[in-house]
Amino acid sequence: MGLLDAGITKHNVLVTSVDNVLNWARLSSLWPMGFGLACCAIEMMATNASNYDLERFGIFPRSSPRQSDLMIVAGTVTMKMAERVIRLYEQMPEPRYVLSMGSCSNCGGPYWEHGYHVLKGVDRIIPVDVYVPGCPPRPESLIGGLMKVQELIRMEQIGISRADALKKLAEKSIDPQSVIETERKVAHA
Amino acid sequence: MEEGHVLSHSVQQSAAAYAIIHDKFGDAVTAFDANETMPFFEVLNTAVWPEIALFMRDNPKLKFNYMACLSGVDYQSEDKVGIVCNLESLGQLNHKIAVKVKCARTGGSIPSVAGVWHTANWHEREAYDLFGMLFSSHPDMRRILCPDDWEGHPLLKDYKVQESYHGIKVPY
Repeated sequence: MGLLDAGITKHNVLVTSVDNVLNWARLSSLWPMGFGLACCAIEMMATNASNYDLERFGIFPRSSPRQSDLMIVAGTVTMKMAERVIRLYEQMPEPRYVLSMGSCSNCGGPYWEHGYHVLKGVDRIIPVDVYVPGCPPRPESLIGGLMKVQELIRMEQIGISRADALKKLAEKSIDPQSVIETERKVAHA
Repeated sequence: MEEGHVLSHSVQQSAAAYAIIHDKFGDAVTAFDANETMPFFEVLNTAVWPEIALFMRDNPKLKFNYMACLSGVDYQSEDKVGIVCNLESLGQLNHKIAVKVKCARTGGSIPSVAGVWHTANWHEREAYDLFGMLFSSHPDMRRILCPDDWEGHPLLKDYKVQESYHGIKVPY
């Protein structure tokens, strides 16, 4: 439910909680850091481009970690890159979110056994909020993951921890199948 | 070379080039191997390898002006590591040949040919990084792919990955 769905009176007065306003503002302008590590980054760029148009969600890449609140780890994280990823993460202002995109950054992917140079999952070095599976994930999957981040932000409140918000998200998660079926019915009608 | 076996035109060209090198360097090189996909010879006296390289590049009948690739090989059973250099005379005599050079598996070194073909500079660094042989008188003998403080040389056949790197667990 978006904030504007609440309805505005004739005098442009809108009654809501501070949490709601803050969360709405933050989730409507998620700024990811513009960096990619491997082939997932190509898919991420495609998602940013006009066909999938992430900007309709207020998501557009920033060139500096200091202006970003979301890190999309798109691709294979090598041991050499791992330390740089930690540094970039630490340069981002809080509250910050991490989306791990694709098998490599989730768990090492195809390099899990013989890839001596590959970090077996970016969650070994930085906390990950949302994992997007795929090799590489399609833009739809990435958008799904980004909407999951938005949902997570919606669960946050002043005074509750990220862990609690993630727990709330897990409890309130909706089965997408029912939504898909409702949408289909509407489309046919 | 087998008797009665007809060599293709390109291998004949390589054999002719080899004959010139053999005339000059004699026992420093092995016999010619008329391998159809990659005709090659090996340098036995590794100390003269840069001299051979320079000769191959500059002799008007050889003119190997292009190093297509330099690869590393682990000959574990022979307790050696080596390099394979694919050389071509591009746009000039249009022949090609491969040269193999081997050295001891631990602590071995091969003279660098980075001054002969600039391509060899980074390729030799890569071979060192992944197989561990040193290239003497190389202008910049550092690792190129792995971090500088990485342990071991990953493409050796008995390589075991290190447990942790800067406090990060490496194995799955």
